[in-house]
Amino acid sequence: MITAGIDCGAKNTKTVILKDGKIIGKGIVLTGFDQAQAVKESFEMALKDAGISQADLAHVGGTGSGAKSITEADVKVNDIKAMAAAAHYFFPNARTVADVGAEESRAAKCDEQGGVVDFAINDKCAAGAGAFMEAMSRALETPLEQIGPLALTSNNAIPINAQCTIFAESEVVGLIHAQTEKKDISKAIHDAMAGRIVSMIRRIGVNPDIVMIGGVAYNPGFVTALQRELGVDKVYIPDKPEFASAAGAAVVAATEGR
Amino acid sequence: MAEEKEQEFWRWEETNWVNPDIKWQNGEFVTLGIDVGSVSSQAVIMVDGQFYAYGNMRTGSDSPDSARNALAFALEKTDLPEDKIHYCIGTGYGRVNVPMADRSVTEIACHARGANFIYGPHVRTVLDVGGQDIKAIRCDDKGKVINFLMNDKCAAGTGRGMEVFADLLSVPIGEVGERSFRIDREPMAVSSTCVVYAKSEATGLLRKGLSTNEVLAAYCSAMADRIYSLLARVGVEPEFAITGGMAKNRGVIDRLKKKVGLEPMKTKWDTQLAGAAGAALFGHALCKKGKGKGK
Repeated sequence: MITAGIDCGAKNTKTVILKDGKIIGKGIVLTGFDQAQAVKESFEMALKDAGISQADLAHVGGTGSGAKSITEADVKVNDIKAMAAAAHYFFPNARTVADVGAEESRAAKCDEQGGVVDFAINDKCAAGAGAFMEAMSRALETPLEQIGPLALTSNNAIPINAQCTIFAESEVVGLIHAQTEKKDISKAIHDAMAGRIVSMIRRIGVNPDIVMIGGVAYNPGFVTALQRELGVDKVYIPDKPEFASAAGAAVVAATEGR
Repeated sequence: MAEEKEQEFWRWEETNWVNPDIKWQNGEFVTLGIDVGSVSSQAVIMVDGQFYAYGNMRTGSDSPDSARNALAFALEKTDLPEDKIHYCIGTGYGRVNVPMADRSVTEIACHARGANFIYGPHVRTVLDVGGQDIKAIRCDDKGKVINFLMNDKCAAGTGRGMEVFADLLSVPIGEVGERSFRIDREPMAVSSTCVVYAKSEATGLLRKGLSTNEVLAAYCSAMADRIYSLLARVGVEPEFAITGGMAKNRGVIDRLKKKVGLEPMKTKWDTQLAGAAGAALFGHALCKKGKGKGK
């Protein structure tokens, strides 16, 4: 059976094509302001990548904050269900999964079958989301891809007191004025954000194996800070973590589609 | 540092003033209150508990320097030498870093005391909308705090949030209030929780074709929502007064007063001065008790 999963997120829209449990095609585009158009483009990109046509699909699962714009989907998959299914798909021993997206972060506790036992969401405050990192990268004048590796070169623990992204920006500017080294500020930023995510994960319990998905998983500085804050040796990250929720939606579409 | 923009839209006017009717030489006690806030700093000099001079300016990256600068700015138009000041109280976010202070008092106590002086003893609810926090304070007829609630964790509803918006929309901050009413129809409020999200929403609204003024209105009303939720939790009792820089922004205040159902009290004084005025008054009270002499 071939299914597709489409995840229309705040920043990017992703599509994954799944054939008998294997990923055979992927597509990603910026969501922008026209969600339906982004969905269409990423969907077509993935179909082309897989070398199939829409008629070959048994079912299409839709998820993400823009799920309502996915007219192609016949199975609506809620965000939490998609992330738990994704974690289980990539790592069958996953019991805790954290998804740090552009404007939202979520944590889910899952069972042996990848079903959701409990979850927590932050969609009210940018401090625990990718938007925080983007703002900090601007304040530090260091590209997003570089602030993570930069943080890894520091051994100094300096605190960022502000919780709010807007206040943290001023605080970082203050640290720069005080001649604090960029690598130390960068580490402080990652520690602060990891602290926010960990406090959310603690609400549902820290149960290994822990899986992280979403684009922020590309940031090694953040993953290291997360491991340290959680007190675990390893946080499991799938290949192409930004596609994970779309893959989860495709998995759910295969089992629930009728 | 980011390169300087050609125009800094968030920048508000710094002011200083001296009371021509008062000669400090004739007074018994000259007291100073310095409020070092996260965004603005004020120095208020009182002679026997009356406004003599003040300076109101932006806080720099260093609290002691900000305190010194605010004092120098307040003294600029006077002939008062600094060593003739009998007592100084520091308040605000940077109150422990006011080098010339004899002691410090919390900004909650100072704002209540200052509002009691600026608006008169009838004030029972004081809303202070500052640079990086909002405080809703209930007080008695002496300006003593009965209860208060504060948000200092989140930029939503604070002056800093408004500065971010002024910059985003390239509208000088002093014009925001006026322009937010130059619209045909009141738009829906943007996100009242996170300023970062409100910013992306605002960009989306601009692309949808809303005018800058309409987007300003959408943000002013989100600010009013946010401030109101704090105020509602502490309970509003008449008379109701607003202090801090936001009191000068009609766009937020007029929308807020509709929700509260009360007309805020009016004053001829700069609303940003309340904290420093309260501090100077505490200093005066201490001097009268004989604790401030000998300096």
